[in-house]
Amino acid sequence: MSLLTVKNVGKRFGGLQALNDVNLQVEEGSVHAIIGPNGAGKSTLLNCFVGKLMPDTGSVTFDGTSLLGLKPHEINQTGVSRVFQTPEIFSDLTVFENVMISCLSKRDGAFKLNAIAALKSQNDIRNHAEEMLEDVGLLEKRNMNSSSMSRGDKRRLEMAMCLAQDPKLLLLDEPTAGMSRADTNNTIELLQEIGSSRKITKVIIEHDMHVVFSLANKISVLAQGTVIAEDSPENIKGNPKVKEAYLGEAQP
Amino acid sequence: MFEKIKNNNTAIMVLFSIMVLAGPLIMAPFGAGYPDLLQRFAIYGIFAVGFNLLFGLTGYLSFGHAAFLGIGSYSAVWMFKLLTMNIVPAIFLAVLLSGLAALVIGYVALRRSGIYFSILTLAFAQMAYNLAYSVLTPITNGETGLQLSLHDARILDPVNTSGSLPSTNFFGAAMNATAKTELFGMTLQFNVGFYVCALILILAFYISLRIFNSPFGLMLRAIRTNQTRLNYTGVNTKPYTLAVFVISGMYAGLAGGLLACTDPLAGAERMQWTASGEVVLMTILGGAGTLIGPVLGSGFIKYFENIFSKINDTVLDGWFSFMPDSMADFFVTIVHPFVGKGWHLTLGILFMLVVIFLPGGLVEGATRIGQWIARKTGAAPESKANSTVISTVHKD
Ligand SMILES: Nc1ncnc2c1ncn2[C@@H]1O[C@H](COP(=O)(O)OP(=O)(O)OP(=O)(O)O)[C@@H](O)[C@H]1O
Ligand SMILES: [Mg+2]
Repeated sequence: MSLLTVKNVGKRFGGLQALNDVNLQVEEGSVHAIIGPNGAGKSTLLNCFVGKLMPDTGSVTFDGTSLLGLKPHEINQTGVSRVFQTPEIFSDLTVFENVMISCLSKRDGAFKLNAIAALKSQNDIRNHAEEMLEDVGLLEKRNMNSSSMSRGDKRRLEMAMCLAQDPKLLLLDEPTAGMSRADTNNTIELLQEIGSSRKITKVIIEHDMHVVFSLANKISVLAQGTVIAEDSPENIKGNPKVKEAYLGEAQP
Repeated sequence: MFEKIKNNNTAIMVLFSIMVLAGPLIMAPFGAGYPDLLQRFAIYGIFAVGFNLLFGLTGYLSFGHAAFLGIGSYSAVWMFKLLTMNIVPAIFLAVLLSGLAALVIGYVALRRSGIYFSILTLAFAQMAYNLAYSVLTPITNGETGLQLSLHDARILDPVNTSGSLPSTNFFGAAMNATAKTELFGMTLQFNVGFYVCALILILAFYISLRIFNSPFGLMLRAIRTNQTRLNYTGVNTKPYTLAVFVISGMYAGLAGGLLACTDPLAGAERMQWTASGEVVLMTILGGAGTLIGPVLGSGFIKYFENIFSKINDTVLDGWFSFMPDSMADFFVTIVHPFVGKGWHLTLGILFMLVVIFLPGGLVEGATRIGQWIARKTGAAPESKANSTVISTVHKD
């Protein structure tokens, strides 16, 4: 069964047709990679899933409900979490507080006037947050100010924040962009671990083919706003159209 | 030891309450132990504590909080005129109406953030200020200001036959009643009005402490740090900011109401932009985002305004009288521009120094001194986390 269904989505920026009749089916439990050259429209497409952009045409359906017109927090509350290209965390707060916020949002919904209860006595939330930090290996850094962590650790933290919400769908926009080799491998491992212990469907936008082929079990190739191929990793490797789209771009 | 107190709510509350309740004793040696000023310390403390909930936690800088102060004062005086001189209904209405006003203003102003939010709040406050002089004169009594009169209804109070204006009271205890006693040659003045304000300040501080340490408070701090992340984490930031804006508006209204309780008249100048700016200065000077900072900052500024401004050349002559005449004259000339009418200059310089060297305000200064002493005595281990954000927000 497909968890996320994208039908005939089009998006125009002035004279530029950034997305043109995009169709996509993300199967439940799969890791679906979206690849394509720079400016292909990958981020634009992802932004149409999370409420940041409104497509001009077409529909985006998640788990039976349309996502179009919903605000980012509403989409998140339906079970879609996202990881940003540069880790977005609450940099003034401690690692633990960062995860607490996610847990609170999961428990209390989009708004709750919880002004008199003490954070210290929210044991269910605290235990949950600790578990999540344990899972990503950040438990001993819980009291650290999150801004002073390495990029790889920030990514781990952001992942813990997403996992704390127990999402059905996790969207990752270039999760390893700008990372060192070590941090990249770290992130791959983390995503594999997450995949083995939880059933979270993932959509990954990625430039790094090493990452894509380590993780994905389905790949869509986007070029100039259209999906030019959709197949298993093995078949994508040999696809002439894909090679053509990437022509001129050095590939490892 | 410092760390321990910082993380223990009970200890904080006990310490804070003692300091506040001992106000007349503590302030007397500084020449500030008289009821009028002590009341103002407490009232502006409440104002700043409430302002800090909005600005310190969420980072939304309102330049219009004086409007709520004014609304609180007008509401309170109307209660004195119509209902009773007991301050309880007056305070109740002040908080209620300022909360409603904050709901309306916040709903509109919070559509924007950053400088646009600040400008919108400023615009609203200026509007309120100007309306008070024009269209709303039936309610505000324009330039004269709203005052009590002998013909007021005061339907709950017994008929006034004394021929003089009644005074505000708390269930019969007159707000301006003062007990005096001598101690070490100082006159200590224990005033009912001050103690009413002090108890309300303690309560206001306690609520602020609870909010700081609540899930709600955590969300507010998250709003300051990264609103985008919060939205994509499933949190609707709008109701959070609106809620804290209303709470902070109610604090301001409470302060305005108390101003009227201690001195039952209300004028539009209370809503002027300078008053809005003052609470910003208080909060930043003391330490925005810290619990105790705003109380310190407001105390500091009110002290300057009332004590520093009264130092004239005669007083200065007294200070330097031990010197030879020409030297004393020289020093008086040097110091003169900084005191008396020039107190704004000193405050301005002080404010700049704090903002530049102690971005965390007086609280950061105190913390640094505390750490320095700890290091010198070799006692407490270096506190590892942040020295800038010293609040009682718990590190787990
Ligand atoms: N908000 C916008 N306004 C105007 N043009 C935009 C906007 N967002 C994206 N574009 C354009 O749309 C096209 C697709 O951009 P998009 O960011 O989706 O590409 P991408 O596949 O994510 O590329 P990259 O690999 O570089 O991240 C680009 O030509 C870009 O300049
Ligand atoms: Mg992109």
